[in-house]
Order: sequence, then structure tokens, then C-alpha cells
Amino acid sequence: MALDSMQEILERMEAEDKPFWQVVQDTDREERQVTAEASEEKMRATWQAMLESVTAYRGERMSLSGLVGGDGERMRRYAREKQPLSGAYLQEVIATALCVGESNACMRKIVAAPTAGACGVLPAVLVPLYQSGQAGEEEILRALYVAAGIGAVVGYRACIAGAAGGCQAEIGTASAMAAGALTALRGGSGEQVGHAVAMALKNLMGLICDPVAGLVEVPCVKRNVVGAVNAVSCADMALAGITSRVPVDQVIDCMGDVGRRLPVEFRETALGGLAATPFGQSVKEQLQSRRDSQET
Amino acid sequence: MLDIFDILGPVMVGPSSSHTAGAVRIGRMARVLLGDAPVEARIGLFGSFAETGQGHGTDRALVAGLLGMKPDDLEIPHSFSLAEERGLRFSFYTANLREAHPNTAVLEVRDAAGRTLTLQAASTGGGRIRVDRLNGVDVSFTGMFNTLVVQHQDIAGKVADVTRALSSAKINIANMSVCRDRRGGDALMVIETDQKVPPVVRVLIGELRGIRSLTYYEKEE
Repeated sequence: MALDSMQEILERMEAEDKPFWQVVQDTDREERQVTAEASEEKMRATWQAMLESVTAYRGERMSLSGLVGGDGERMRRYAREKQPLSGAYLQEVIATALCVGESNACMRKIVAAPTAGACGVLPAVLVPLYQSGQAGEEEILRALYVAAGIGAVVGYRACIAGAAGGCQAEIGTASAMAAGALTALRGGSGEQVGHAVAMALKNLMGLICDPVAGLVEVPCVKRNVVGAVNAVSCADMALAGITSRVPVDQVIDCMGDVGRRLPVEFRETALGGLAATPFGQSVKEQLQSRRDSQET
Repeated sequence: MLDIFDILGPVMVGPSSSHTAGAVRIGRMARVLLGDAPVEARIGLFGSFAETGQGHGTDRALVAGLLGMKPDDLEIPHSFSLAEERGLRFSFYTANLREAHPNTAVLEVRDAAGRTLTLQAASTGGGRIRVDRLNGVDVSFTGMFNTLVVQHQDIAGKVADVTRALSSAKINIANMSVCRDRRGGDALMVIETDQKVPPVVRVLIGELRGIRSLTYYEKEE
């Protein structure tokens, strides 16, 4: 029993008459030889850490390089004082993604989901639902199992590291996990979860990993926003009955294939894309000279 | 099949699972295998660890690990000043290695009693690590299992002695390797186990004839 394809999870849901989250939890119990309670306890601890990664945010913190910090606070202030184009939920999704992405850059505690660089996406879509009372802890934990199952399938069939497959593998996977989690949380069927995952991955396919000076800061923090907002729209589309024409497992395989064929400059090496712009180069040189002066 | 808590996790201090969380684990592995708190550490950074390590806090993360911290410890960013308080002197240099993983560190550590350990390890992604060299001997283990590192005389029967002790304690071996520097000299056994190895079993093994030292890394929960 393993999580090797979305198709397999859907078949097991059907054969065993179990919801998506239950299939994932059963697999975890078997894989790690633990009880349902122990599995749930670990998931609850993971959720608590995710929640804290949001509540512990402070807008005055800046990253080591000084490039990142304060934007989550800026977004919240704007939402309080003006009327954002996005509604109450979506504006908080944006702010939360920024907060967690910035906290990560500032060496605060986060939950890698699936990576540290993409740690803002899942809390961005889940924490606002929880804090506004639209979802209870049980529902959130189940949504997290769904997210983890999706991530395991993508990790098995494709990849989840920027160095292996570009940003589409990090933010793309996080977005697919979040889209599926939201769809399940709102009562979507297994098929609808699959469509949400497929659409989320397709929308971000080809996205390169091009961090300025190699740091998880620019453009990573704001890409968490695009991953989260994409997840919300794909979940809503799936729940509306909109389907992905390309089957979900084929989309996942395709993402892996695109990742392998991305030139190495676009896979976390900081040699291409935004990292190679004059701005990106100047940041790199500044950090280099700061390092040299500290060594001597 | 991946552990779902490798996908949803680890809970860690940012910004990078490979450059920060993995680096903490490498530092901590060196401390644990040394057997005591190090008082001096010389740390070589290679590849991407040397290139972008400072911005990712890789240097602070390695020192934090040497102080015994785990990847979710909020004190990681302050490890340099904590090291001073706790009497750990450390220095960094850029290592020139051949054929090493791009995220590699080499740690030479010494404890108050004068024991030393040299460990080369790579951060292989998602916070996972792999120890590649230990005191000049090629090894390969990850800390994903409980791990016994046994230095012993290269004489017949030592492997049998140790595995017998483990089997009578009902401890199953998941992976195992034995290497030596030269015939009849020092040999190194690395044993990864499914179960924890209780202190009494470790003492038993440590007192076997021909065993020079034993250290034990218990996997993170």
C-alpha cells in the first residue's frame, strides 16, 4: 500500500468506502507502524506549528539580507483601511501567505509544505478559514491529510524540490496540495479533488526557480501568494463542476517531465531568470563583499 | 513511498530545508557522534553551502546543531553568541572537495577531554542529510534510523559479537556497513536499527573486547 497515483487513491476510496483523508491516514499508519491516535497526534502538532507560524508573525522583522519583511503587515493595513479588490477571505489569504513566507526568510519557525520555500501556501488557505470559524480543527486535520497525500503522490511521480524541478515543483505542488485540501474540506468528491489538483498544477506549469542571490526571499515570498490564490480559484472551479481535460496523474507526470527538461539555470542555481537581472547580480555582489569583509 | 510528514514537515526554523534544517542536523550529528559537547570546531563549507550559506543562515545552523539544537529551535539564529557563552570556539573556511554533493560541510570537532571527530556530510534536500565520511572512512547513513557507530580493532569476530548483542536484545538491523583504514588497524561499524538501542545494550557492546569506542544517534521523533 503506497501513495503512487491519484487514481489509486480514488480506487481505494471506492473499494474501501472511505474518504480521501482516511486512505492517506491508513497509509501513514501502515508505513510508520503507528496507531490512528498517534498519526492524528502528529498531524495536530503539525497544524499547531502551522498556526503558530501565522500568529507569531511580526511586521518589523527583516531577513538577513534585508530584502524581505513587512509586506504581510502592509497588506493587512491596506485591508483594514481601504477596500481591497479581493473579498474578506482572499485578502486574508494574500496577507497570510506573505506573513509566513516572510517569517521563513527571517529564520522563524515554519512547517515545510512541501518545502520551506513554499511554506506559506497551505497556511494561507487554511488558517483564515479556521480563524473565522468557517472550519473546525477536525476538518482542518482531515484537509491536511488530503494535502499530504497529494504531496506524496507528486513527490513519488514527479518532484517537490526547486533544485530538481523548478518553482513549479515547490509552489506548484504546494498549490495543488492546497487546492485539493480546500476541495475536500468543502465536501468535494475524490474526482473533484483530482480536478482541483490537476488545474492547480497546470496553471503553474513551467514556473522556474530563480532566487535572487540564491536566497529564499525574492521572488519566493510573493510566489507563495500566487500559489495560494491559484489554489482557491482551482478549488472553487472544481467545486463548481469544472473539470481538467487532462487526467490528474498525467498532469503530475508532465510536471515532472517539464522539470527535468528545465535548463539548470532555472533550477535554484541562481544563474538565470530574476537572479540574473542587473538587480539580482548587484544583490549578490553586495552580499559577497559583506562576506569578504567579515572573513578578513 | 515518502513519509507524509516529510511532505508536511519538518517543523523547522527557516529559510531553507536544505540550507538551514539540514545544516542543523549535520551539526547535531557531529556532536552526538563525538559523544560530548564540543569545545572547538573547524567547519568547512563546500559548493552551495559556501556560496549562499550565509544568507540562509547555514553557518549559524551548523553551530546551533553543534550546541545540540534541533531544526525547530528558535535559538538557531542566535547560535553564535550562545556558542561563546557555552565555551564553543568555532571557525569557518571554504572547503575544496572533489566529487562531493553541492551542499556539503566538513566538521572537525574536539571535546574538553581531547577526543576528536571529523565528519563530512551532505544536506540532500527537504532537511534530510547523509553522512559521507567519518574520521577518514567512507560511510553512508542518514540519521533516519537509530544509528550505532562502533570503532573497533580489525580482528575476527567483532561484527559477530556486536550483532549477537543486538539480536539477543531483539533489536533488528535495518542497514549495516563495516570499513577499515588498513588491515589489523582501526575499523568502523555503522549499524542502523529499527528499534532504539537502550543504554544497557550500548554499555554491553562498549565493554566487549576490541571495541574502542561506541557512539549512538537516536533518530528524531
